[in-house]
Amino acid sequence: MIPELGNFALIVALLVAATQGVVPMLGAALNQPRMMALARPAARMQFVLVATAFACLAWSFASNDFSVQNVAANSNSELPLHYRIAATWGSHEGSLLLWMLMLAGWSCAVSVFSRNLPGALAARVLSVMGLIGVGFLLFLLFTSNPFARLIPPAPEGRDLNPLLQDPGMVFHPPLLYMGYVGFSVAFAFALAALIGGRLDATWARWSRPWTTVAWAFLTAGIALGSGWAYYTLGWGGWWFWDPVENASFMPWLTGTALIHSLAVTEKRGAFRSWTVLLAILAFSLSLLGTFLVRSGVLTSVHAFATDPARGVFILVFLAIVIGGSLALFAWRAGAVGLGGSFALVSRESMLLANNIVLIVAMASVLLGTLYPLFLDALDLGKISVGPPYFDAVFYPLLAPAVFLMGVGPIARWNRAAVPELAARLKWALAVALVSALLLPFVLGRWSLLIAVGLFLALWLFATTAVNLWQRIKGSGRGSLLARLAANPASYYGMLLAHLGVGIFIVGVTLVKGYEIERDVRVDVGERIAVGAYEFTFLGVTPAPGPNYRALVGKVEVRRDGRLIETLFPEKRIYNASGQTMTIAAIDTAISGDRYVSLGEPVGGDGAITGAWGVRIYLKPFVDWIWLGAFVMAFGGFVAVSDRRYRLAVRRRLAALVGATAGE
Amino acid sequence: MMGSPAKTLRWSIPLAVFIVLVAFLWAGLGRDPHEVPSPLIGKPAPAFELALLHDASRRLAAGDLKGKVWLLNVWASWCVSCRVEHPLLLQLAKTNIVPVYGLDYKDKPEDARAWLAQHGDPYTASIIDSDGKVGIDYGVYGVPETFLIDKAGVVRYKQIGPLTIEALQQKILPLVRQLQQ
Amino acid sequence: MTGRRWVGACLFALAAVGGAAEPPSAALDARLKRLEAELRCLVCQNQTLADSNADLAGDLRREVRELALAGRTDDEIRDYLVARYGDFVLYDPPLKPTTWLLWFAPFTLLAGGGLLWWQVLSRRQRAASAAPPSDPVAEARARALLDDEPPP
Repeated sequence: MIPELGNFALIVALLVAATQGVVPMLGAALNQPRMMALARPAARMQFVLVATAFACLAWSFASNDFSVQNVAANSNSELPLHYRIAATWGSHEGSLLLWMLMLAGWSCAVSVFSRNLPGALAARVLSVMGLIGVGFLLFLLFTSNPFARLIPPAPEGRDLNPLLQDPGMVFHPPLLYMGYVGFSVAFAFALAALIGGRLDATWARWSRPWTTVAWAFLTAGIALGSGWAYYTLGWGGWWFWDPVENASFMPWLTGTALIHSLAVTEKRGAFRSWTVLLAILAFSLSLLGTFLVRSGVLTSVHAFATDPARGVFILVFLAIVIGGSLALFAWRAGAVGLGGSFALVSRESMLLANNIVLIVAMASVLLGTLYPLFLDALDLGKISVGPPYFDAVFYPLLAPAVFLMGVGPIARWNRAAVPELAARLKWALAVALVSALLLPFVLGRWSLLIAVGLFLALWLFATTAVNLWQRIKGSGRGSLLARLAANPASYYGMLLAHLGVGIFIVGVTLVKGYEIERDVRVDVGERIAVGAYEFTFLGVTPAPGPNYRALVGKVEVRRDGRLIETLFPEKRIYNASGQTMTIAAIDTAISGDRYVSLGEPVGGDGAITGAWGVRIYLKPFVDWIWLGAFVMAFGGFVAVSDRRYRLAVRRRLAALVGATAGE
Repeated sequence: MMGSPAKTLRWSIPLAVFIVLVAFLWAGLGRDPHEVPSPLIGKPAPAFELALLHDASRRLAAGDLKGKVWLLNVWASWCVSCRVEHPLLLQLAKTNIVPVYGLDYKDKPEDARAWLAQHGDPYTASIIDSDGKVGIDYGVYGVPETFLIDKAGVVRYKQIGPLTIEALQQKILPLVRQLQQ
Repeated sequence: MTGRRWVGACLFALAAVGGAAEPPSAALDARLKRLEAELRCLVCQNQTLADSNADLAGDLRREVRELALAGRTDDEIRDYLVARYGDFVLYDPPLKPTTWLLWFAPFTLLAGGGLLWWQVLSRRQRAASAAPPSDPVAEARARALLDDEPPP
């Protein structure tokens, strides 16, 4: 009964979404306020319906209803409750429903916080989001129904993929989808502005906080996925340039460009059509990612069951949504004026350069990801494009953009004087340059790549400090605290995000430069020296888990003869699926990780008490990678907590409460 | 609202790029990204000299087969999808159109013999590649795989995965007839 | 691909470590690890030869080690694998006419982007000098409305 209720809720949601997509749009065209007014209640109702469907699916998982195909294929009665609930979004169907829930949630949020928007604009924005919802609901209902029944019911479920039975995987998809789908708001604003023919600074002002929030979620989601890969895949990698990773990275790069471009459009009125294009691109790339992951056109680690029918559906949907919006862009964007003027050296010109680099970087990732497909489609052979390619192309492309990150926020809008900039930044440059040249000697080994990486990171730290110092100096008199408080939250958000990039670069540089990876065979009691540490392998013992059997190794870590940590790497065999999982044991410190994972027993499967193959890695400063990403995301959230948004939100909420009370 | 035609053209670049992209993605839907085509097509078949499955004292070399068109079928007793193509191989063997040699890949000879005794033996002769080295020379990355080799000892075709009636009728047999002339 | 035996082997378990009977040599191990990290496993196609747990990956690692011990260079080992499996095994795509676009496009695009940047800026310069000077009072008011950051 519950699954049928969910299914019914989805069908009604489709009808509501269709109404939301068509009527307000027509209303805006015909200038019919009553038709436009339908948008808000429809968006809210759609959210309630999709949330109901989602709850029904979660209920089916929680209550082990194996008569639902999706539950039978992705859960098991032995699975702990929290993973049963997380299994709701562990499958293709369920994750698509999660995507839909996010979309409905974002459009409901727009309906709440759009009181100050001109009626026609709000109606168009919500209409566009309704139309996207129609596409996804059709996709769900016709090719990927999460509530499809299994007759007769399965006696037991096939279990959730062990890789997904992990806290990181519980939160990674919701955060990532919040980001992906969040870009639909900026997309909808862009289309609404194009349709309405009004592309001005106010448009940018409205879509800016939405974009920043989506970007912050996406940043956190990607970081979580990368961290998960690091400790569960067992080989200590944190980014492999796999198509599924690239699929999330391309919207991120475009979203980053969009945030900066929106800032210029809002403050200076410039780059209008470029900003609109970026808003269209960011969401288009989110959709493209969905296609790449779920259609099976590329070989990817992602384990979604692929199905050509689904691929065809998403591609057609993609062609309509993206093709339609780009056609609209081609038709309307030419009419947009230039906006504010600025000089060759100015904050605008640097932000434009940053945008161009980010988009070139995104295009390179896209090219590298799809190139094997291009060649294959032209019958020119099969190739692989992997980390060596992306490393060779990506770092040189982005390094100049990172350098500009230090200059841009200090440069004046409109026109910056080069001598003045040089005077402000000379100390930052000197400090960063000298430390970057000397630090590698202290850390152990000098190489050009390490020096360049450290320089970029230190440059960001130093320029951020200069920026803050000059702000405080310029913020009038009064105590330090009062001067700090005089600056808006969006300013601190920007500083934090840039600081996060610096922290991230430190992590990447030092782990790439100084990591030590040893794959060794060790006997019980044997000591292995790796770097400054000594690892003692004390054998492997079996241990039961809730739904798996584990072999737990014991490894003592010593430094200068002193025991500093005992690590317990695991190998698990899951009861239901028989799949094996490696859980690395990691001793984390701010200066880096000591990472141990179990390979195979040397004597074959029976000989678990003998010698083992063990991977021992030292990963200096690796956690700075994720720390940096979370600081970036945090910066995004700080930026939207800005007073001017908060005030606006409070006003809109008050208006909403007043309106409902008056009804 | 319209801008000048030149401007509209410039703003159409993203759309044009996207249309090309969709065309490629559409083409990609019909292809299997996992399939790795063999670089050996048109090149001499790698040499081997291996013991026969049914008589370990005798050996068969690739050079012994010069002058005839033959199929090399890579199989193993542990391979599940080999059972799918097996009836087809038996049928093919009955027609005597082309001799099929079996390369028993990474297998125990006794298991392989028992498997053939149970399912039928379509092979003119079977050779044992117990450590998989010949398999590597032929670029085998999964079982079953089938190679078509011509009179001069050049690889002409490779079937990745189980043989199918379509592959046999539309590709392999026409090619065999052509090569036999 | 369904039913092909090796697909099932792509669990994310670790590859067997070590494996050869030769005396361990840290330098050779490091060299092979670097080399194998740039080679693609044909069975578990999202893993490198170094990381893959598939049977064939184990065989290929053994083969690569034997070739290295026989004194072959990294390039010769790569050629050996390419002759058997094609360019697909290389995660680092070789530079040839079919990959020119792949390798040169990013930097060509960057150069094009630089050109665009210059063009946009000079067009704005011209537009700015041609436009009548704006009303400073209105501009200040507009800025106050839009920009609540004090100028740096």
